[in-house]
Amino acid sequence: MEQTAHSLSKVPDARGRFGPFGGRYVPETLIAALDQLWAEYQRATQDPTFHAELEHLYRHYVGRPSPLYYAERLSEFCGGARIYLKREDLNHTGAHKINNSLGQALLTVRMGKRRVIAETGAGQHGVATATACARFGLECVIYMGEEDMRRQRPNVFNMRLLGAQVVPVTSGSRTLRDAINEALRDWMSSVETTHYCLGSVTGPHPFPQIVRDFQSVIGKETRSQCLEQFGRLPDWIVACVGGGSNSAGMFYPFIDDDVKLLGVEAGGRSSRLGDHASTLCYGRPGILHGTYSYVLQDEDGQTADVHSISAGLDYPGVGPEHSYWKETGRVTYTNVSDRQALEAFQTLARLEGILPALESAHALAKAMELAPTLGRDQVIVVCLSGRGDKDTQEVARLLGHDFA
Amino acid sequence: MSAVSTVFQQLRQHGKKALMPFLTAGDPNLEFTEEVIQLLSEEGCALLELGFPYSDPIADGPVIQASYTRALRSGVKVDAVFDTVARVVPKVATPIVGMVSYAIVLRRGLQRFVEAARSSGLAGLIVPDLPVEESSELRAVCDEADLDLIQLITPTTPRPRAIEIAQKSRGFIYYVSVAGITGERSELPATVVENVAWLRQQTDLPICVGFGVSRPEHARMVAQVADGVIVGSAFVRRISEAATRPKEEVLRELQQFARSLLSALDTAPQSLSQRD
Repeated sequence: MEQTAHSLSKVPDARGRFGPFGGRYVPETLIAALDQLWAEYQRATQDPTFHAELEHLYRHYVGRPSPLYYAERLSEFCGGARIYLKREDLNHTGAHKINNSLGQALLTVRMGKRRVIAETGAGQHGVATATACARFGLECVIYMGEEDMRRQRPNVFNMRLLGAQVVPVTSGSRTLRDAINEALRDWMSSVETTHYCLGSVTGPHPFPQIVRDFQSVIGKETRSQCLEQFGRLPDWIVACVGGGSNSAGMFYPFIDDDVKLLGVEAGGRSSRLGDHASTLCYGRPGILHGTYSYVLQDEDGQTADVHSISAGLDYPGVGPEHSYWKETGRVTYTNVSDRQALEAFQTLARLEGILPALESAHALAKAMELAPTLGRDQVIVVCLSGRGDKDTQEVARLLGHDFA
Repeated sequence: MSAVSTVFQQLRQHGKKALMPFLTAGDPNLEFTEEVIQLLSEEGCALLELGFPYSDPIADGPVIQASYTRALRSGVKVDAVFDTVARVVPKVATPIVGMVSYAIVLRRGLQRFVEAARSSGLAGLIVPDLPVEESSELRAVCDEADLDLIQLITPTTPRPRAIEIAQKSRGFIYYVSVAGITGERSELPATVVENVAWLRQQTDLPICVGFGVSRPEHARMVAQVADGVIVGSAFVRRISEAATRPKEEVLRELQQFARSLLSALDTAPQSLSQRD
């Protein structure tokens, strides 16, 4: 057990493999840029000034460490285990995404590139990247599916205020997956002058590792906050999984510990292909967006359409490290429906005065289901990956309110 | 010797260059694709590249991407593409290579996909999202089936890496003219000639240039140094009009376009084309 657990944190290998998952499945045009990024990242991680600068930004710009909050009324309501919330929603720009965007912006500057492109689903990564670019004076272009632009109008406006150009993507399902395709195509044509700030632990090596490392600040802080606040590690950690960046950042520092890790995917309307975005629950290994990982696809290998109430989880792939954790059994993956997430959203708002992002509401719904099955001495930490302001318009629509 | 190698050997003997049109299988339907393959083969295209439609292409520009979407919406499946190839191969003298995303190959399984490709009569495979370091497994399976796995080299490929890719390619080398996606361009970068001339010194393998090659003057320029040109979006765009125009008209236009490219290749200066 000790040995297996130990080896689980020693990935990826030199070729970007997490067990069989990961790697690089991209056109040759992009290989040189991925090599350049990998070389710069390795140099940066050896450079104390890089760490100091990122640390400074986290503390004074993002507002880290984010609190670990004991949700007392929610815990009483559920009964059983005590529920704590890791408040990534309190970060500058309202989600965990800023952790990664700032890190990659620093790498962009180090590589001498002046233009950054990114894709966004719910808009949180787009806003975070636009923010980081504004902070460093970088040109910023954000690709966003038209359907997501409709669902996330406030974030589109915010990105424009921050000086980014938001490019609507009209191909395919007009959601995150198509936005990533479009960003990759832009990168194919601009690779010598442009950095692609990928927003999740997906994509070709080295992105899954880089994004995980930048997001690991969540898990590291949680670890020391748990030790400080209740003198031990938690029993359970629950986080939502779309592409999987908040959960990877939360889980990774606990991988070698005796802590149960639970990833919650978007169960959508039903378990029928096209009605959900539960890649690890219902998909199978395949290729999407440059990496070998679980994918929702048809019998020919064509990527399936997905659905979720949450634009940020509406993705038919997942980070390769999650696939590795699933296959090794280290992390359990499950899902909750749109309806359960919407209920959890409202419950947290009423009981704790916190509007969670619809993404985070998925993790919360599962924690609320889990808590009553556990004893009062047990502790569940939920990664509250983002705040729900961006979702209120969509929630109002779903609840049948006229939100003029 | 593979069918692809045989074609290039014959072309070299006659001092000629290959025109390789790219077509999307099943746009607007597989019957039309079959007709176009026969037409272009009869016109004298030395090779044909047939794209398996894929839901998430990264290397392709809007014209080819839209053709994939149309083909998939009309219900084109991988098996139906193989059936079409099997039907048309006995009717044409032109070898056909398949252009396919690795997601599709992997879903079926490497062995099974390559077997199907071979028994349908495909002469080779181009897998644009499979870089050389990930390709050894598929290469071994292709080698065993005597199917050419054609590798790509781009302007962003460092030269030592280009040599490694050239060594691992079979049939021909696909040289990508621009650091970018597929699509018609008014001009090709001037560096194409220089880069291909350099590559020409490194390998005996035929070199074909694609991405952006869309006009007779491009074909003439590239044929100075390369063994062939691959023209995709310019054909696919004309085919896309088949849905709204009389079929015969579209076929006539394809024929004229192919002829204009072929005659440009025939009149290209050829002094730089052979390895010294």
